[in-house]
Amino acid sequence: MSDQVAAPRPANAASANKDKVVVRGLNFYYGKTHALKEVNLNLYEGQVTAFIGPSGCGKSTLLRVLNRMYDLYPGQRAEGEVLLDGENVLSKDLDLNLLRSRVGMVFQKPTPFPMTIYDNIAFGVRLYEKLPKSEMDARVESSLKRSALWNEVKDKLHASGLSLSGGQQQRLCIARTVAIAPEVILFDEPCSALDPISTAKIEELIDELSGEYTIAIVTHNMQQAARVSHYTAFMYLGEMVEFNETNNVFTSPRDKRTQDYVTGRFG
Amino acid sequence: MVEHTVKSYDRDLDTIERLIAEMGGIAEKMVVEGMDALASGDTVLAHQVVATDPRLDALQREIEDLAVMTIARRQPVAVDLRELIGAIRVAGDLERVGDLAKNIAKRAIKIGAEARVPRAIVGLRHMNEVATELLKDVLDAYAQRDAERAREVWERDVDLDALEDSVFRDLLTHMMEDPRNISFCAHLLFCSKNIERIGDHATNVAETVVYLVTGEAMPSERPRGRQETDIDVEAAGGDA
Amino acid sequence: MANLYSGRKRRNLVWTGLAYGATGLGLTMLVIILATLLWNGLGGLSLDVFTKNTAPPGVVGGLLNSIVGSLITTGLGLAIGAPLGILAGTYLAEYGRNDRLATVVRFINDILLSAPSIVVGLFIYELLVVPVGHFSALAGGVALAVLGAPIMVRTTEDMLNLVPNQLREAASALGMPRSLVIQHIAYRAVRSGIITGVLLAIARMTGETAPLIFTALGNSLFTLDPTGPMSSLPLIIYEFARSPYAEQQSLAWTGALILTFAVLALSIAARALSAQTQQK
Repeated sequence: MSDQVAAPRPANAASANKDKVVVRGLNFYYGKTHALKEVNLNLYEGQVTAFIGPSGCGKSTLLRVLNRMYDLYPGQRAEGEVLLDGENVLSKDLDLNLLRSRVGMVFQKPTPFPMTIYDNIAFGVRLYEKLPKSEMDARVESSLKRSALWNEVKDKLHASGLSLSGGQQQRLCIARTVAIAPEVILFDEPCSALDPISTAKIEELIDELSGEYTIAIVTHNMQQAARVSHYTAFMYLGEMVEFNETNNVFTSPRDKRTQDYVTGRFG
Repeated sequence: MVEHTVKSYDRDLDTIERLIAEMGGIAEKMVVEGMDALASGDTVLAHQVVATDPRLDALQREIEDLAVMTIARRQPVAVDLRELIGAIRVAGDLERVGDLAKNIAKRAIKIGAEARVPRAIVGLRHMNEVATELLKDVLDAYAQRDAERAREVWERDVDLDALEDSVFRDLLTHMMEDPRNISFCAHLLFCSKNIERIGDHATNVAETVVYLVTGEAMPSERPRGRQETDIDVEAAGGDA
Repeated sequence: MANLYSGRKRRNLVWTGLAYGATGLGLTMLVIILATLLWNGLGGLSLDVFTKNTAPPGVVGGLLNSIVGSLITTGLGLAIGAPLGILAGTYLAEYGRNDRLATVVRFINDILLSAPSIVVGLFIYELLVVPVGHFSALAGGVALAVLGAPIMVRTTEDMLNLVPNQLREAASALGMPRSLVIQHIAYRAVRSGIITGVLLAIARMTGETAPLIFTALGNSLFTLDPTGPMSSLPLIIYEFARSPYAEQQSLAWTGALILTFAVLALSIAARALSAQTQQK
């Protein structure tokens, strides 16, 4: 019961609480639907921030604003400010592909490309760097090691990425993201299609990646949010209800709606 | 509070709360009757108090088991987690209160028909009344999740500490007046220490209630009603 | 209760019977067609068919010029129609999902899919034969392209729609430009499906007669010149089948046999490929 434990375990004490992404007064619209309302949020460098909330609360939408994934679809628009290292990501003349190389994303379902394991990783790298074969080999290896997949696939790098199990595919997707050295990694319910063991491996991976990368994760699994994140944002009906250290959100949330949600009293 | 989506979760929590209430009732009764037995020399009543204690121990174990099982099965967070942790702590405190009351009852049996100094018991009875009051109030505060009331109990424990000091001086005087009183008064000294500790457990419960309701811990320093300088009474305590 | 159930059972029996009957009827037709073709065409099948050109009655001839002509006109149709069809299909699936233009294109494509081939032939005749002044294999190829392209537009669009959006998003999330996502991810994911569409289009083009009558016309001589009239299997079948001479009739049957089995082989290949796509 000592007061000292209240601080979330910072992955790297020196970089704790340095802003990486700052969201200010963000509003988002799907056509006429107002999906995010005046959202404010900070993603701290090297820290893991979890977005939780009931379905349709806007947590995935918020994630997809951070790398402007919504731009792929007409009729979706964002207003407000999303600053990545002080630069407004929502600005019209921003190079989207460059942004996405800095802000990587891992999706709900594993999405290996229809090509070999090796090419799955090399493909993204080739977009930005022209590496000689030996360096590319090294990059592929280090990315696979980083995502704890190397031992399982080192003998079949030229097999199809689709031949892997679901959990392995998801780690391949993480390796692919890590390979292009982004600064921020967004996880959109990365474990919802995986079994508990694979889930644990991904969680361990997220823990290892924190510190080096700034991470945001959307999850329906509150225990997962409690396990992997340093900060937790609870969203409801498009609003940011509570944003706080994970320890506080899961022991003594400030807002009653947060309390009802995390304890399973919703609706 | 809104119900859980899973109703059996609520039932588990309700059961635990009911068991705590039962423990509280028993502990309170033991504290009152232990002193009654001591004051009136009623050894039958004292034996009854001693016989009640196993029930309290069994209840505590039941609450702990249920709480541990609920934690394992439902991974409670926030208010639910505090509720369960609180239940475990309160059950522990009440079990100790029962032990202390039992100890007083045992002394009542031991003293039996020995020479008594009725004057010496007056202060002790008053102390016991204050402790019973604290216990009763804090149990009410727990039942009603009333942090304000719990805080009040927490602050009132000072009175009990002050009372203990005066009882201590009283008994010392009686012993110096007539050495034949020493054995009897020594027992009473232990009893006063027990009562003081019952008060401490009441403040523990008060702290738990505040944590349970607000999620904040009370400051670790509690106001003190006396200086710990005069005599090291702590060392003289111990179970009979 | 029991009544309701037994009634339902009876109805089920009747309809199942009808469904089997209809299937049997269709299969019987197919078997009869294939059997007739084999019966009448197999007799005329010889090396001459593939080495000699069509000849006037009384002279021993083959179908060489028609087979080569068919290959050339279909090849031309494919060369013109495939890029058109695949690119248009790509536009519809990738860029035009919510465009009004796409809705219009899709609608017109559906009309073209079921347009009578004779009309297409006449249209190309007016467009390419009349201004030039003579028939040509090229005009035939264009006519076939007009017939084949809608099939490829449709299958390409359908196949690309099967590509999960998450895969596109995943590629975009790596900072991949749209064009690369389509080329390297979307096409690759449904490659066999798109090829299936192309094969189906080839099958359709190979079997068409009507658009060629007004465009490629036919030619009894061997030629590789796409700017002049050219023979082809459907045309020669059409011509010889009406001939009073037995040997020409026999050649028509043989040509029909070759054509049918070529188309059948293409269809089966297309089937096998699309089954492979769906397994993934």
